[in-house]
Amino acid sequence: MPVPNSTGLLFATVSEGDVLPELTVEVTRTTVVLGALASRDWRPMHHDYKFATERNGVADIFLNTPNQAAWIERFLTDWTGPTGRIRRMTFRMRDSVFPGDRMVMAGTVTSTGTDATGCAWAEVEVTMTATTPEGTDKVATTCTARVALPTDENDNPWARSGEQWTPGE
Amino acid sequence: MSELPDDVTALIGTPQYPVTATFGVERSYTYNTLAATQNANPLYWDDAVADELTGGMTALPSTLSLWLRPHFWEPGADGEQVALKVHFDLKERFDLPEAVMTDNTLEFHDPVRPGDVISHAQVLRSVSGPKTTKLGSGRFWVIDIEYRNQDGALVGIESYTGFGYKRQGSA
Repeated sequence: MPVPNSTGLLFATVSEGDVLPELTVEVTRTTVVLGALASRDWRPMHHDYKFATERNGVADIFLNTPNQAAWIERFLTDWTGPTGRIRRMTFRMRDSVFPGDRMVMAGTVTSTGTDATGCAWAEVEVTMTATTPEGTDKVATTCTARVALPTDENDNPWARSGEQWTPGE
Repeated sequence: MSELPDDVTALIGTPQYPVTATFGVERSYTYNTLAATQNANPLYWDDAVADELTGGMTALPSTLSLWLRPHFWEPGADGEQVALKVHFDLKERFDLPEAVMTDNTLEFHDPVRPGDVISHAQVLRSVSGPKTTKLGSGRFWVIDIEYRNQDGALVGIESYTGFGYKRQGSA
């Protein structure tokens, strides 16, 4: 597993159209249950096969939303390194990710900019695809994420607070 | 457009269920999520990196919703304890036994740190008219949650879109 560079990605090196390194995960029951419990999500559709299939009418237990957020956060910060600071993430859950699926996260920089406070950011469109054991591909989740990046070696987005940190914009 | 019952309309925009977490933020919660996602970001594993960048250890931002989730059980609790109570209230109000979340927005403000105690309140933003999807027939709703630390500082805002439904063919 690659260890992110502790110096981090600089804004000047990022352009619209840049493609992030893909992240592939073979999803198991442990992946689903570990993620649900780590996020304190005790709902049975994330650990109880009978509940998921008979009550929810889905094929199996499935990844919960906060765990998907955590996977996408990892995908983004593997790219940026620790100086990258996520401002906002918007998810749309289109289909479920089940044990046995191969989950692939892919991302493209769709825009870059600097806000009124001088904070530089890149917006990334992330697609989480799940391939079933039968080979069927499905888009499970899409995410639009805006990530603050340092403008140079002396800039640190994490040092921003109050009026200097406006993640809603 | 379908009109909503008055009691539901009255809830829109009103903060409900203000709660202060019964447990403080601990570093172990971040480790659990890092391990579940095999996340090697040194900001959360290396104190020297955390000291340099964030002035000390912080919680993984995507764990924001963790602080609204009650223990599965605690003394004196009646039945299963659930997060996002407004979501379950709407399921019951509209007699929709099943539900899924379809959209989720996370906005990260001040970092959450070990030792913080997080408070939150739920605000119903909207409820749709009746809709039918491949899952069944029901309604969509949007619920916002605002999180603050013990000093009142905003640490995050989360917005959920839920779909409560009855499966096709169910009574």
